[in-house]
Amino acid sequence: MIQYSWLIPALPALAYVFIVLFAKRSRVLSAGISIATMAFCFLFSVDILFELLKLDPASRVITFGATWLQISPWQANVGVLIDPLSSNMLLVVTLISLLVQIYSLGYMHEDERFSVYYSYLSLFTSSMLLLVVSNNYLQIFVGWELVGLCSYLLIGFWYFKPEAANAAKKAFVVNRIGDMGFLMGVVTIGMVFQTFDFAQVKDLVTAGLANGTYQTGYIAGIALLLFCGAVGKSAQFPLHVWLPDAMEGPTPVSALIHAATMVAAGVFMVARTYVLFSADPVAMTVVAYIGCFTALFAATIALAQDDIKRILAYSTLSQLGYMVMSLGVGGYTSGMFHLTTHACFKALLFLGAGSVIHAVHNQDIWKMGGLWKKMYFTAPTFLIATLAISGIFPLAGFWSKDSILDAVHESSIPHHEILYYSAVFTAFLTAFYMFRLFFVVFTGEPRDHHAYDHAHESPLTMTGPLLLLALLSISVGWLNYPGFEGYTKFLHYGDYHEQVFNWPMAWVSLSIAVLGILLSASFYYWKVFSAAKTAETFKPVYLLLKNKYYVDEFYSWIVDKFLFGLSTVLKWFDDNVVDDGMVDGTGWVARKMGGLLSLTQTGYVQNYALVVFGAVAVIFLLVSF
Amino acid sequence: MNGIPLVHFLYLAAILFGVGMFGVLARKNAISVLMGIELMLNAVNINYLAFARYWNWNSLTGPVFVVFVITIAAAEAAVALAIIISIYRHLRTANVDDAHYLRG
Repeated sequence: MIQYSWLIPALPALAYVFIVLFAKRSRVLSAGISIATMAFCFLFSVDILFELLKLDPASRVITFGATWLQISPWQANVGVLIDPLSSNMLLVVTLISLLVQIYSLGYMHEDERFSVYYSYLSLFTSSMLLLVVSNNYLQIFVGWELVGLCSYLLIGFWYFKPEAANAAKKAFVVNRIGDMGFLMGVVTIGMVFQTFDFAQVKDLVTAGLANGTYQTGYIAGIALLLFCGAVGKSAQFPLHVWLPDAMEGPTPVSALIHAATMVAAGVFMVARTYVLFSADPVAMTVVAYIGCFTALFAATIALAQDDIKRILAYSTLSQLGYMVMSLGVGGYTSGMFHLTTHACFKALLFLGAGSVIHAVHNQDIWKMGGLWKKMYFTAPTFLIATLAISGIFPLAGFWSKDSILDAVHESSIPHHEILYYSAVFTAFLTAFYMFRLFFVVFTGEPRDHHAYDHAHESPLTMTGPLLLLALLSISVGWLNYPGFEGYTKFLHYGDYHEQVFNWPMAWVSLSIAVLGILLSASFYYWKVFSAAKTAETFKPVYLLLKNKYYVDEFYSWIVDKFLFGLSTVLKWFDDNVVDDGMVDGTGWVARKMGGLLSLTQTGYVQNYALVVFGAVAVIFLLVSF
Repeated sequence: MNGIPLVHFLYLAAILFGVGMFGVLARKNAISVLMGIELMLNAVNINYLAFARYWNWNSLTGPVFVVFVITIAAAEAAVALAIIISIYRHLRTANVDDAHYLRG
């Protein structure tokens, strides 16, 4: 069956075309087609996983393709690469996409552009799968740009809201900055290696590094160019600014694109091109430190946000930072494992938040409260996801986060103890702010009685996916249960090494998470301490966090002062030199020449006649002599 | 006619043409200018007939041309007079120096 795996990206693309052309009038048909194709793709991905598992671990790489363009000496291919990495991503993307599409039946049922919404979801999933199964750098770039386009379309889905339209533009522009680096990296690869194929580049790099053809710094340069793309797409500092704003899109979209799948594409891409990154410690160090900084930075911002989706957005940033850091310290498996578990519990968190928003028609957590009693189904699943992201034993987040901490601790990166302590502190903050969110929204007394009275549990189409994701958030981590190590055996870079589970480390991460939860509870549940008074005491810090370290303002200032300053100079040059000097100058010269010649046009007919006769006389004389 | 040499006709035509040209170039009244043009046309006619007579009397090319010139001159006079009347109505004068709207 694996030879038909090209159908996985192709079918949702066909579904998109079909919905746009024929099914736009029918809500049932468009949603039905979209969900049916996605269900098929999911089952196909499961089948691919089992077929891979049947194969010998060494031969679990299957690739095939066709020529797309032939521009000597380059050859651009389209192809499919099925290996443990892409199989893992296929499962994550198709499963989350399927659940989100089912959930959207309930969440979007009142929307007028229901069919358009499903067509975009199909297009997005198709692009994402194209990216995932790609076997060359060019195709991954094509998929990369297509998911960026879909992200833009879906953030701006409610384009009549100015915030949504602006957020869509912001996401697009910020991503362009990163993608510029990615494109330069891809072009450099084409120039250096004369091929775009992952496997061939990998062989060339491995051989070239062994015999000294390529210097490690050279490869690191390419890797860092590619990493620019990952920084944009996975919203790492300093290009993180677009993701929180992207929450203006519909909540299921936030769950699918801006939490579980598309933003993980950067992490996936680093994993896919890991041979370039692992060639040089400098590249790895940069990756690790950027990831670590983003994790800590975003976690602190999340402490002071009030919008339920924005808190989750910053927690996504923070968890993506974990994944990137993990890849940077050499924890290839840990990073991908965290990507997988994170996709489950973060999708659950977003869908749960969507369910809450659906019930109270509000996103401000300080207008919610006491919803546990009303939302008997959403609240427990949300609690499971919150426990999972906080890293509580034995839920999914515990295993993946712990393996990342372990990888950081074992790494050989310079000053890795800084990374380790920041990561542990981030885990503490994560537990704190996630439980702050949970306590404020679901416990205590209702703050807005009108909204509370109208709150209701969501329909089965929405709670069903929540249940399934809750089960996954509990159990996915067990794939890597100590002694079993199923995930690590399946997905690893280089040779498989026996893992030793570090129980003392696990105790550290677990106790730090519990500490975070207890502190959060004493603030927001038992109310031993007053959050408002603490905020008052540390007002400058609180304002700094609430305003997201003023990064947006800083960028605005840069654009305002430097970019617009430069533009003013250029505009002056254009107005005065190009327009006035050259364009108007040409006109001026022509007009003056005309004015000079117009002196001969006296308007006296007799003058003209005289000239005619004079001219004839001159010609006559010339001919005569 | 045999006694008069060709060159006398040419002298006459040249004098007539010169008088006409003077009228065209020097007179200010539009009617006089028009009359000058008529004189120049008639000078040309004389040349045509003189050459026709002394060159090949059997060929009708010259006389036919003269007939055409007279016809066109009549039409031209009609149009020119209409224009002059129009100018006169407009400017209350038929002085060509006053009609210099086409000055650049």
